[in-house]
Order: sequence, then C-alpha cells, then structure tokens
Amino acid sequence: MTLLDDIASPQAEPDSPRAIDPGRAPSDRVFQNVARVTGLSVLVLTGSIGLFLGYQSIPTLHRYGLSFFTQSQWQPELDKIGISAVLLGTLEVAAVALVVAFPLALLTALFISEYAPARLKSLLVSMVDLMAAVPSIVYGLWALKLLEPNIIYLSRWLHRYLGWVPFFRVDTDPQAAAWAQSRYTASAFIAGVAVAMMVMPLACAVMRGVFSAAPIGEREAAYALGATRWGMIRSVVLPFGRGGIIGGTMLALGRALGETVAVLLIVSPAFDIKFRILEVGTQTVSALIAGGFGEATSSQLSALLTAGFVLFLITLAVNTVAAIFVNRSRSGAATEI
Amino acid sequence: MSTIVIRPDHDTDATSPPPLDPRTSVKADLPRDVPRVLRRRTRDDVLSLVCSATGALALVWLVFEQMLAWSGNLGFIVCWYVTFLALYAGVTALSHPRPVIIDRLASAAVHGGAAVAGCALVSTVLYTFIEGRSALRHLNFYTQNMAGVGPQAPLTQGGVFHAIVGSFIEVGIAVCIALPLGIGTAVFMTEVGGRLARLVRTVVEAMTALPDILAGLFIYTTLIIGLGFQRSGFAAAMALTVMMLPIIARSAEVSLRIVPGGLREAGMALGASQWQTVRRIVLPTAKAGLATALILGVARAVGETAPVLITSGASTFTNFNPFQNPMNSLPLFVLTAVRSGETLFIARGFGAASVLLTLVLALFVTTRFLARDRMNRR
Repeated sequence: MTLLDDIASPQAEPDSPRAIDPGRAPSDRVFQNVARVTGLSVLVLTGSIGLFLGYQSIPTLHRYGLSFFTQSQWQPELDKIGISAVLLGTLEVAAVALVVAFPLALLTALFISEYAPARLKSLLVSMVDLMAAVPSIVYGLWALKLLEPNIIYLSRWLHRYLGWVPFFRVDTDPQAAAWAQSRYTASAFIAGVAVAMMVMPLACAVMRGVFSAAPIGEREAAYALGATRWGMIRSVVLPFGRGGIIGGTMLALGRALGETVAVLLIVSPAFDIKFRILEVGTQTVSALIAGGFGEATSSQLSALLTAGFVLFLITLAVNTVAAIFVNRSRSGAATEI
Repeated sequence: MSTIVIRPDHDTDATSPPPLDPRTSVKADLPRDVPRVLRRRTRDDVLSLVCSATGALALVWLVFEQMLAWSGNLGFIVCWYVTFLALYAGVTALSHPRPVIIDRLASAAVHGGAAVAGCALVSTVLYTFIEGRSALRHLNFYTQNMAGVGPQAPLTQGGVFHAIVGSFIEVGIAVCIALPLGIGTAVFMTEVGGRLARLVRTVVEAMTALPDILAGLFIYTTLIIGLGFQRSGFAAAMALTVMMLPIIARSAEVSLRIVPGGLREAGMALGASQWQTVRRIVLPTAKAGLATALILGVARAVGETAPVLITSGASTFTNFNPFQNPMNSLPLFVLTAVRSGETLFIARGFGAASVLLTLVLALFVTTRFLARDRMNRR
C-alpha cells in the first residue's frame, strides 16, 4: 500500500537510502530503560548524599562563618565550634600513616613483582589482598593491645634523641628514671601506625599491579645492556610505575583521612593545635563524629555534618588526583579479540 | 673453544673476573647453546649474605646485650639489620663494583620491607586468635547472647550469637539492595553508555571516597532523626548499602569492561538483541568477576564498624527483626566490649574479632577460588 502511494505521489523523494539501523527491538528498549532507571536511581541516591551534606552545612557555615575553620575548640555547650584542631589531627594521623605505609608498600610491591619466586607470587598477591580485607577493628585491637605497649619505647627513643625536632617533642622529661609512660600513649603517632597497617595493602596492591605491567621487552633490554636487577628496576620498573606509585599512595591517603574505628579506639580526644605527634591526645574528624553524634542536638549534628563534609571534600580531592594518576599510568590494557 | 663459561648475570659488568664454577668449566662435553640460567645464585652470593647476617648478629649481640646492656627486642632487631646492611655492603665491596653493592643492598632492603609487612599481617591474625582463644574455647560463646550477663560473669556465660545473627541480617539486607542496583548500574555504564552514564560513573567514583562514618551519619540524620525510624538493623543495613553500593558498582563495572568487545559483536551479529547479548554472553562471561566484586564488597561490609556504630545501637539480646529494636553486629560488639575495659569483656571482644576474621577469611578464600576458576578456564 505504501509502495503504491510512493509511486503514485510525484513529490516523494525518488531515491532516499533505506535506514540501515533497524532500530531497537522492544525488549532492548525495555532493557535500556530499566538500566537507565537503575543508573539514575543510583545517581540520585549517591549524589543526594553529597548534596545533603553540602546543604546541611549551610546553616553552620552561616552561623560560625570563617571561625569554623580557625577555631580549635569543639565545645557546643559554650557555642565554640571549630575544626582547625580536628583537621590538623586528621592530617597528622594521615601523614604518619603515609610515612610508615609508603616505604613498606613500595618495598613489598617490589618484592612481590620482582624478587619473589614465581610459584609464590600468586600466594603473596592474595596475602596482600587479604591484608586489605582484614576489618579495621581488628587492626585497631592489634594496635591497642599489642602495638601500643611496645611502641611507646620507640616514642621515647625518638623523643630522647630527636627531641629537638618540633614534631618529636613531648611535655615530659625523657631522661627520667621512672618515665611518664602515659604521656606517650594514645598519640597521633600510634593511631597513625595503626592506620598505616590498614592503608598499606591498598597502596601495595595498586603499586604491584603497575609494576607487574612493566613491559617485558624493556626489562630484557635493561638486562641485555648489563644492568643488575636493581639497575633494571630503577631504570625500567620504577619510571614505568610512577603513576601507580603516586596514585596508590594518594588512594591510601584518602582512606587514611577517613579512617574511624582504629583512631577512635586509640587516641584520647584533645582539641589543641599541636604538632607534637608523640604526645598523648589528638582528635580526627571521623573520630569526632563517631564520639559526638549520640548526644548531639540538631544544630550540633549540623556542625558534625559540616565537619564531615569538609573531610569528604578533602578525600574526594585526594581520590580524584589518585584516579588521574592511576588512569594515566595504565597502558596497553586493551583486551579486544 | 670447548670451555663454556657460565657467568651469573650479576657479574656481567664486574671488573674482576667472575668466580668460575669448576663443574661447568671443566666438563667439556656440555651440550652447546643451553640457555643460561638467569638469576642463579653463586656461592659468593649465598656466602656473603649468610656470613654478613651471622656476623652482624654476633656483633650486635656482643655490643648490644653484653657491653651496653640495652634492652628491647625491637632495638636489637633494628640494630642487627642496620649492622647487617653495613657488613653486607663491606663484604661485597671487597670483590665487586658499585652497581653490585647497590643491587645487593636494594635486594636486602626490599626483602626486609616485605618481611616487616608479612610479620605485621601474621602477628595481627595470630594475636587476635591467641587472645580470643579463651573465649573461643567455650561452646556457649557461639550459641548464647549477652542478655543478663554481668560485667564479671565468667566466659562460660554469654556469647556472641546475637552479634553473628545481626551481622548476617544487616549484611544480607544490604547485599539484597546493593547487588541489583550495583550490577544494574555497571551494566548501564558499560552496555548502554551515553552522557548520563558518564555522569553516573563520575558520581559513583566520587562516592567511593565517602568516609564510612559519613555513610552512617547520613542515614542517622535522614532516617533516624528526619523520618523517626528507630535505631535498628534496617538503618544499619541502609548505611552499609550506601557504603557498599559505589564499591560494588565500580568493581562490577571493571569486570564487565574487560569482557572482550568481540564477544558482544559476535552475539549481535548472530541476531541477538542487546538484552539477550547482555544476559547470555556478557554477564555469564563476567560471572566470576562479578562474584569477586560482590564478595569483596561483603567482606568490607561485614567488618565495617563506623556506620553500624551510629545507626544500629548495641543490643545484648538476640533480635531477628531488623525493623524494631537495636541489633548488635560483630564489629560493634568488638568495639563496645573492648572499650568497656573489663578483662573478660576484652577476651570476648577478641573472641568476636576472631569469629569476624574467620568469616572474612572464608569469604576471601571463596573469592580466590572463584578467581582461580576463571583463570583456569581461559
């Protein structure tokens, strides 16, 4: 019928090419729409958290203004609320964690990808993954009960011999015969070491992945030119894996900034602006939230949410930078057949 | 001409002649053109390593323990390691050029770092089980709850049954919500695509940066304060869902993306619709990867304390109803038990941590098993 119409009507375009794309089958349209709705709902759900946090922080920021970032005390009953000390504590714990975790992660990753015997490799890889899967509370327990009683000696040693460095100062006499052990416990340093245990496997897994991807031809070329194994690593593996090293470290940093339970277990809360990481007492944003949400009024809850929002923005920035580095370092990952 | 000199690759740039292995240089009837064994250890390698280590141990023991009378195992080991590095460098310097010294020192450092990491993992796992064994020994630890158990009650009373049940219910609900949504989103991002998919991917990646405690605080503020829900297992499950969803969606997307595009095109070319291709080809191919994504998400959720701490409330009784009354879970039980400071409760806390660790280990072994299965099939 339509054919006849086309022939009959002279104004029809004579030779229009047939549309090759047959269009989607109805089942596909359903499928695509269902998938789209799922994606959209996840977008709304996850996006709403960010928007919600941002929205909730408006009244707090409106009320306290810039002093929210400069005030160190967190005393809602006196209407003194600020996150400078808490943010500093968060950064200190994360910095200690990175200083401990970075060399360990790098060395372990190098060991697994370059030094370990081939038949042990997959076992070691799963060990690292397992380490990443161990719940943070278990690391918290380990740090609280096993690490803390031992590491305070290291703290005292650092204080005694490196006390002239401002970070390692503690308000007590390191030479005293009966030394004040309690001054060294519950510090940012110990919490940082516990957090380091948690983030180390994460960084290690990323680094190992990139190291193993270092092109075999270049490795062989380095050996052929007479390089020792370390010479090969330094001239091939490390430059190739630089993106992964930076990216993995940043991922670990992002995780370290948000870690809650280990810090909550270990540190005793203190709201001073201080750089003495070996000394008792500090506080981080997430531990502050975990400790303070229970008896919070709605305005205090808003303040806690604001602190959380600031933390989220920091971790988001760190993770984004990490993603950029990790993605840039990925090469030849095509798996087409 | 008949002598085949086999040189270990370490010595390729050595100025001094490499130590010849007498067995290989004497034998004239060796087959020609045998590939050189790379990374072979020479006697020099082994001996300088072992002797440096022994020498350093003896030296440090003498100075550290006998002459200076210092104490502390950590200090001893650190001193030993440092002395060992120095000795090793010295011994190597006797007969090798600088690159070899650096190579050996780097090797020692890498092995040392890996050993520290390994010790940390092993000590964490072992310590938890050793401290928890006094509680784990009693059968009632697995079958009873803590209702009416006083702070001084012996370990033969009370247990963590309620926490185990709570953990299973909360994680179960969270998985039931997060898994379909996560995989659906992953399918949307990889198979449908478009501008919206890119937006979803950006937001999902951003939300993996969300600190766990904020997932809990979000649910606490909206569900419990805002909508007047009780602190309950359901609220905790929602917090876990919020935390797990981006993780599952992202790792599922990764495993869908590595499904070769050729398989999809083959399906399409045979006349399958897109839905059929996804259901019959893409998802089955990525099955192991998806299972890994799920199990890793579950392992993370089972051990997550911060969101649960805020949203569920710690009960002492067994509660099967996620919508009413507080519900305990394993990580939360560990946290409250340890923070209570009572010796027996700390033992119970370690016991519960061992149970938790066992669960995670079991999940983990399952993951590895699935992953190996996938590798074998390729």
